[in-house]
Amino acid sequence: MLLENDVEGIAKLADIQIQKEELTEITVQFNQILEYIDILDSVSEGEVSNSELINVLREDVVIPSLTQEEACANANETEDGHIRAPRVM
Amino acid sequence: MAKEYFFDKADQTNAFITRLDVAMYEESGGPLQGKGIGISDNISTSGIPTTCASRILAGYVPPFDAHVITLLRKAGAAIVGKTNMDEFGAGNTTEHSAYGPTTNPNEASRVAGGSSGGSAAAVATGMVDMALGSDTGGSIRSPAAFCGVVGFKPTNGRVSRYGLIAYSSSMEQIGPLGKTVTDVNTLMSVIAGPDPRDATMYDRPYAHTPSKDIAGMKIAVPDEFFGEGVDPAVAESVRTAIRKLEDAGAETMTCSIPSMSHALAAHYVTGMCEASTNLSRFDGVRFGPPVETKRPWHEEFSDYRGMFFGKEVQRRILLGTFALTEGYYEKYYAKAQVARENMRKDFLRIFRDADIIAGPTMPQIAPKLGEKSDPISMYLADILTAPASLAGVPAISVPCGTVDKMPVGLQLIGRHFEDERVMDAAFAYESEVL
Amino acid sequence: MTDKTVIIGLEIHCQLNTKTKLFCGCSTDFQRDEPNTHVCPICLGLPGALPCLNKQAVMHALKVAKALNLTVPEVSEFSRKNYFYPDLPAGYQITQDDKPIAEKGIMEVDDDEGHPKKIRITRIHLEEDPGRLIHKTSRDRAGYSLVDYNRSCIPLIEIVTEPDLRSPKEARRFLNKLRSTLEYLEVFDGEREGSIRVDANISIKGHNRVECKNISSYKGVEKALNFEITRQRNLIRKGQFIEQETRHFLEGRGITTSSRSKENKNDYRYFPAPDLPALRVSEWLKDIVLPELPDARRERFMTQYGISENHARTLTGDLKVANFYESVAGADPAIAAIWVADILLGEINYRSMRIDDVPTMNIADLIVLIRDGAITDKSGVEVLRTMLDACMGQDHEACEMPADIVTRLGLTKAEGDDFTDVIREIIAANPNAVADYRAGKKGAVNFLVGQVMKTTRGRADPKELNIAMDAALKETED
Ligand SMILES: [Zn+2]
Repeated sequence: MLLENDVEGIAKLADIQIQKEELTEITVQFNQILEYIDILDSVSEGEVSNSELINVLREDVVIPSLTQEEACANANETEDGHIRAPRVM
Repeated sequence: MAKEYFFDKADQTNAFITRLDVAMYEESGGPLQGKGIGISDNISTSGIPTTCASRILAGYVPPFDAHVITLLRKAGAAIVGKTNMDEFGAGNTTEHSAYGPTTNPNEASRVAGGSSGGSAAAVATGMVDMALGSDTGGSIRSPAAFCGVVGFKPTNGRVSRYGLIAYSSSMEQIGPLGKTVTDVNTLMSVIAGPDPRDATMYDRPYAHTPSKDIAGMKIAVPDEFFGEGVDPAVAESVRTAIRKLEDAGAETMTCSIPSMSHALAAHYVTGMCEASTNLSRFDGVRFGPPVETKRPWHEEFSDYRGMFFGKEVQRRILLGTFALTEGYYEKYYAKAQVARENMRKDFLRIFRDADIIAGPTMPQIAPKLGEKSDPISMYLADILTAPASLAGVPAISVPCGTVDKMPVGLQLIGRHFEDERVMDAAFAYESEVL
Repeated sequence: MTDKTVIIGLEIHCQLNTKTKLFCGCSTDFQRDEPNTHVCPICLGLPGALPCLNKQAVMHALKVAKALNLTVPEVSEFSRKNYFYPDLPAGYQITQDDKPIAEKGIMEVDDDEGHPKKIRITRIHLEEDPGRLIHKTSRDRAGYSLVDYNRSCIPLIEIVTEPDLRSPKEARRFLNKLRSTLEYLEVFDGEREGSIRVDANISIKGHNRVECKNISSYKGVEKALNFEITRQRNLIRKGQFIEQETRHFLEGRGITTSSRSKENKNDYRYFPAPDLPALRVSEWLKDIVLPELPDARRERFMTQYGISENHARTLTGDLKVANFYESVAGADPAIAAIWVADILLGEINYRSMRIDDVPTMNIADLIVLIRDGAITDKSGVEVLRTMLDACMGQDHEACEMPADIVTRLGLTKAEGDDFTDVIREIIAANPNAVADYRAGKKGAVNFLVGQVMKTTRGRADPKELNIAMDAALKETED
């Protein structure tokens, strides 16, 4: 059973701001869903077979990159060929 | 030579998010020359906005084509637009779209199914000749069944995912929708070309002409596909369809898939965990609506994602994030993978004796808009489609009659890489009833 | 002195030498290019792009694994490490978690007493680098970041050691040896900016462990560790508690500071990368042929060229220096060892030149002049300096040959008669010194010899000069 402040903690980890007024509803839904998926507890331990695909590798050969213009085309703010992002300091 | 394709058909079901009034196509002599194709909006199209029906991708124009789009263009297809879907594929009704729901072509008060509801509706209304969708737990088959068209989920690894905007990487596949099995088969033969950019792809090109000769084909009918939660009228329609397959020479038998009791939980846990990390790249820096760069990144990203992701997507990211945290990974994700393995084993066992598994695609006909508003009842609608996605095997939905004037879908599931046989079974059924 | 109570473990991130990035075909050679010109949908993290693993990076990692005696498990896998940061385009880093490409190895280094000691390597794993962030302040004083994704997806290996190191000096020696081994393997270019980054775990026995992150130079590692040991010791002495935490090293100030951020409590939610099939490459290990490694080359230099262990150590520490030495050793390995190890390296270091900037032909020529006694050692140094000064930034062919410099500057060794006149002049000009000599003050000879050296600008061989001076003084006595 998750409490509202557990859900807030998860939202913080997921970097999703949820509104205070939604918190109660989300917590209720969360618990309903968790209650449903807890059925997995009844799955007994077992091995998971490996995919037959292994060692899918690419040769070390250069492929043309995008141009700076293409790379920045969908960015909202650019500066001297860099893309602007929120501050980290 | 590039030619113009005029796309002027009215969109009465809100099937499209982006449409091109004039689409270009190559007179390449390819199998799709001059055909109008709709593309579900989570498949990247160079120069054409690609939004996944999410506000977080509003205005995004990919600088590259998905591999399947490259193949379509080469085959002479006219890409006429991008079809509506549940945001990032998180849903099965196409109600969870930032652009409003796609309505059912048969009855506007009902949903089209989803997540690739726009593609199915566009085919059903004749707006396009064929369409591409993506299927993670039924996203092609569900709307195909609800809208009365054919929808095919190939074996996982048979079609390149390069350019498909990821929701659940290990389960999703791009696949074709069309009015007939022949159309779906044609589109499948175009999109199954090899692509070194998708490391999970197998080199299994698809070149097949469907055959209706299914004499001696062994068809298993699982009890679980006709159990609790399945509308008796839908079940009856499908049983009638299976009898038609017997008429065409197939032998039927019953079977059981015990692992189905865990299928939905395994499917949702896997999908949510994968989605929670796949959807981390939507931060407003390189694409998407502007992020406020003068705020601290953590606050800004949180507000941004809270504002631009829809509620269902947020719910799934949160649950997936939770299920991957330390201490819960083993309980949820790891267990879901074991459940998935059990599903694969059940299929392998059944496929030792049978060539095809048959049953309904959806447990009910298309619900009314807004009817499935609580998450659990929405998730339950995937119970019959999730198994093939978990096991990675090919599955098709073909229309098989109606209940309350609403289409019902017959689901046919095959062995790994026996997409051709699935197509044959569907073709045989279609030939019986046409 | 090695202090048994200091416990150090290192996590070293090295950039692998490949033509393309770890998961895409973009060129890694972006050092001189504009930002965001070596990017594609994959390394920009555009929606729908999928990673595809570079074979060369895998081969490089296996080479390192073999050289450091690691085991390659039957199956290794990639994982996503989830965290948000503006330089991480996908919101996760593709790395390896519980199934790394190699585990459990050994590298030997000398401890502070000069005794060889085995340092256990815990694991090696492959991972991608994030982009590069620049912090800016706008006119309204609000900060923001600029991102260049050219570095995004550059292949790295992370080498993790057990906490087997016991002093900052030992840690530095470990890193130096690791660097030279990686260079010998030709998987790593230490001269590339930011090519190595170190996180150091350090504790005093019986107390909590502190992680110092983001140290980007070899000198920095020693500095950061010294700072931490002092800081932790002081806390212990005052009876205070050492908090288990992550600290950042401020290279410029030589100190570490606490980074008490949420980052400390991050749960990375490691998750198997669903787009990348597993590796089964343990069988490939036996086909990998290792080149001669630093220890072996040092031994060979000692036996093949008959040079001292110290010289051999200096010469083999850097692959390029070792190659340089071997290409100039021909005429006289012993003289070559002295001139390369003791003189040339100091001279280029002083000029911030690299060994590549020095033409081997010219140095070989210089060594012949020295060996043949055509110039004195002192003149040799002058020739070398003249040459290097003129060489800086020049093509090798444009560099003046030592023989030409000798002629141009008139540095041919002064022989017998050349300096007997000078000796006579000096003796005549310094009667006081001559008197001191006669009075038995041996130091007076050195003064007189020094005067001759000064007048001949070092062209005279000091040994010969001493004998000649002695003879001349004896002569004047008679
Ligand atoms: Zn790239």
